[in-house]
Amino acid sequence: MLSYLIKRFFLMIPILFGITLICFMVINLAPGSPATFQEELSPKASPEAVEALKKLYGLDRPLHERYLNWLRMVITMDLGKSFVDGRPVKEKIKERLPITVTLNLLSLLFILSVAIPIGVYSALKPGSIFDRALTVFVFTGFSVPTFWLALLAMIVFGVNLGWLPISGIQSIGVETMPLYERIIDWIKHLILPVTIMSFAGLAGMSRYTRSSMLEVLRQDYIRTARAKGLPERVVIVRHALRNALLPVVTLLGLALPGLIGGSVIFESIFSIPGMGQLFYSSAMARDYPTIMGILIIGAMLTLLGNLLADITYFVIDPRIRVRKNV
Amino acid sequence: MFRLILRRILRNNFAIMGLFFILCIFIVAVIAPYIALYDPYKINVYKVLEPPSKEHPFGTDELGRDVFSRVIYGARVSIKVGFLAMGIAIATGTLLGAVAGYYGGFIDTVIMRFVDVMLAFPTLFLILAVVAVLEPNIYIIMIVIGLTGWMDVARLVRAEVLSLKEREFVLAARAIGAGSGRIIFKHILPNAIYPVIVAATFSVGGAILIESGLSFLGLGIQPPEPSWGGILSVGKDYITVAWWMSLFPGVAIFLTVLSFNLLGEALRDALDPKHWAED
Repeated sequence: MLSYLIKRFFLMIPILFGITLICFMVINLAPGSPATFQEELSPKASPEAVEALKKLYGLDRPLHERYLNWLRMVITMDLGKSFVDGRPVKEKIKERLPITVTLNLLSLLFILSVAIPIGVYSALKPGSIFDRALTVFVFTGFSVPTFWLALLAMIVFGVNLGWLPISGIQSIGVETMPLYERIIDWIKHLILPVTIMSFAGLAGMSRYTRSSMLEVLRQDYIRTARAKGLPERVVIVRHALRNALLPVVTLLGLALPGLIGGSVIFESIFSIPGMGQLFYSSAMARDYPTIMGILIIGAMLTLLGNLLADITYFVIDPRIRVRKNV
Repeated sequence: MFRLILRRILRNNFAIMGLFFILCIFIVAVIAPYIALYDPYKINVYKVLEPPSKEHPFGTDELGRDVFSRVIYGARVSIKVGFLAMGIAIATGTLLGAVAGYYGGFIDTVIMRFVDVMLAFPTLFLILAVVAVLEPNIYIIMIVIGLTGWMDVARLVRAEVLSLKEREFVLAARAIGAGSGRIIFKHILPNAIYPVIVAATFSVGGAILIESGLSFLGLGIQPPEPSWGGILSVGKDYITVAWWMSLFPGVAIFLTVLSFNLLGEALRDALDPKHWAED
């Protein structure tokens, strides 16, 4: 276990390095530096002032030197200061990150708890009406622009029916409410964003569970289990499902970048003050340090998710453990 | 061979529907000026936010422009971005995947680690960062969507090349002295083309989805140029009074992407030899 972990960890280092390199390249694609951007805002800025600004941001030094300086900062988890309000980027991200992570975890949980039963059920009855309905749902999920779905849901549930709030994560004056009302308020605000966020993942995951389950049900050991006279329930849950869910763990890790990336759209639609919304406003304001910081944090979250998925896989699948130890 | 594949596709009703709709969108995009009822840029302050009627089947927007005409013109943007982004993604992915698979060793390691790095980024974050840094226009959007969407193709092609390069016909080509470039492009890639075609079909739909999302966020196609995501973006501000602005462009995106996905699915079944035995 330990040797696997160490090996897996060292494999991440070149990737982390590559991530910083790409972040840096992207930001330096800009035809104008932030100094010229500020110049655009106030055309009266003198050449000396522009030079001073460039010096302040270190933009007068050659590219590779700037990269190494920046890398040194990133390694010590210093992401620089925001161009917009001068606050450290690290702090800005820190106050936004919990909301985004919570939302993503909730929708992962939602996806798992709904998609797996759906996938298993339709694999048990291939060709049934339920199974066909799943196919339609899968195609819809893959093809529908989810931000549009969010708009429709807002019109129907927020505006026409008035059941659910359509923006923010809490009502005004929530501080005065008793705790249980506060929790209900919070849940009401999260129902729409979490459901809509999960939509595409739900389609993908239930389809994947279905095909994985169909594959496993064809295996000889399932026939053996049935031949032994085990009750169908035990065959399905203990023998088939456990094996069918193995690849699903990996898929969960792979679904992460999509979910995190989607937070830009959903957080700005539902006005949720998370990392996605911060990224959006930074992109609009060309706040380079914040953009770079969030890009890196987003990529690291993905890597972390993949690492967790791999470790889980390692723990639950004894075949890998045996093979790795040989 | 080709006829067999065509027959298999045409047996699939969903695929026919998808193909038919894609053709329709194509035609609409090409002859947009003849179908559009009004000039999509024409502002009419007397007809602001009118609900759908006989004159304006999809209603009018906040500047009195005809939403139907804007949706028709929006097809041009989506088709252009979808196909060119796909072209870039497929070309990049095929080339890098083929090189990695064929040469192996150090080159393979470098390319595949690069793929891992690119896959680690939440795609939308990376695209938004580039678009924010450069001024967004339709060409930058195509290129960025293409350059962030090639990784799956590269993995796919690499796997195909790895298995193909040991086959006898490749060895034979090498034995008669064919160069690496010739072997890759003339002998190996033509045999790896089917999964690439399938991936290409799906990636057109994917690119259209991303473009509409970007335009929805205001970082894609810039107004006043009509795009489906752009109309939805404005529609969001009038969501309580003008549902038609939020409905019709979304239906257009949905049907277009759905068509490409249905066609891709049918192609996957038709091109995969594993399914042929069922005939």
